[in-house]
Amino acid sequence: MFRRVLGKTLRFVGYTIQYGCIVHCAFEYIGEFVVCFGPSMEPTIVNNVVFSERISRHLYKIQKGDIVIAKSPFDPHVNICKRVIGLEGDKICTSSPSDFFKTHTYVPLGHVWLEGDNHMNSTDSRNYGPIPYALIRGRVCLKLWPLRSFGTLSESPTKRIIKAQSDSDSD
Amino acid sequence: MAQQTPGRRCIRAFISGFFVAVPVTVTVLDKLAYVARVEGASMQPFLNPDVGGQCDVVLLNRWSVRNYQVQRGDIVSVVSPKNPKQKIIKRVIGLEGDFIRTLGYKNQYVRVPDGHFWIEGDHRGHSLDSNSFGPVSVGLLHGRASHIIWPPNRWQRIKPSLPPNREPLNAEEEDE
Repeated sequence: MFRRVLGKTLRFVGYTIQYGCIVHCAFEYIGEFVVCFGPSMEPTIVNNVVFSERISRHLYKIQKGDIVIAKSPFDPHVNICKRVIGLEGDKICTSSPSDFFKTHTYVPLGHVWLEGDNHMNSTDSRNYGPIPYALIRGRVCLKLWPLRSFGTLSESPTKRIIKAQSDSDSD
Repeated sequence: MAQQTPGRRCIRAFISGFFVAVPVTVTVLDKLAYVARVEGASMQPFLNPDVGGQCDVVLLNRWSVRNYQVQRGDIVSVVSPKNPKQKIIKRVIGLEGDFIRTLGYKNQYVRVPDGHFWIEGDHRGHSLDSNSFGPVSVGLLHGRASHIIWPPNRWQRIKPSLPPNREPLNAEEEDE
């Protein structure tokens, strides 16, 4: 009797550990569900549940224009959701569009430049500078909830992404 | 019920074992402990004491840093801010809010910002650390080195210790 209970308990613990580990690996290496709220990514993401895939982050395939979930550089417990504007070595215009004199900065090695789509109400790399690539947790690829906004994500409304060196030189 | 051939049973056992072993191993390495070889001279004389000798192997405790809590003097492994594919192993000198007297950084005194720490290698001048790239975000923390496990004659627990004259300035003022 006792032996049977013990065996059952052990088997239950074993299955719990096994499935817990599988869930951990899935969330860590494939993707996770994230609730995004706050005004910084309006109108692209407004209080949505999104699916963020982690494969391209592990393969270093994050590109300009992707929306990423990253750890905040000032508090690792807080996640931020922003759009990648520049990768390492890119030239970023840091002045506001109304300024007459443009100021530029270069994104250092191993860093990315993140900005929210809502320029008026977003704390991002324009405040704290480029953040290290390793703080990126995943790339947002699907909006899941609410259902009427289900689908992929739209392009950046801010026209801040500089595609090639020639484009940035002309403006 | 059909009789299974031994070969098929072997394959089935292998696959089910595979699905248990790989996730469990990955989870243990991610959450509990990680074993890493220390390369380079930046932590001499504490790690890799003899040049050209064999590399030390350390046990990185990942469970103790799950809330990103470290103390001054701990040896930690951090994802390099300059190259996300590389991990670096350094000593924590200052936590957030500390005033640090830097060694060759662009400012002589630095207040470590919130959510950052200041890390330095023990081998002064031969280490790429916060003196070259500034304070590092705590989110890059990977693990805390808790034991040296190889070579066996140097097996020891790593205790937090600050190098002399590297205490943060605000702590010194409180003592006086």
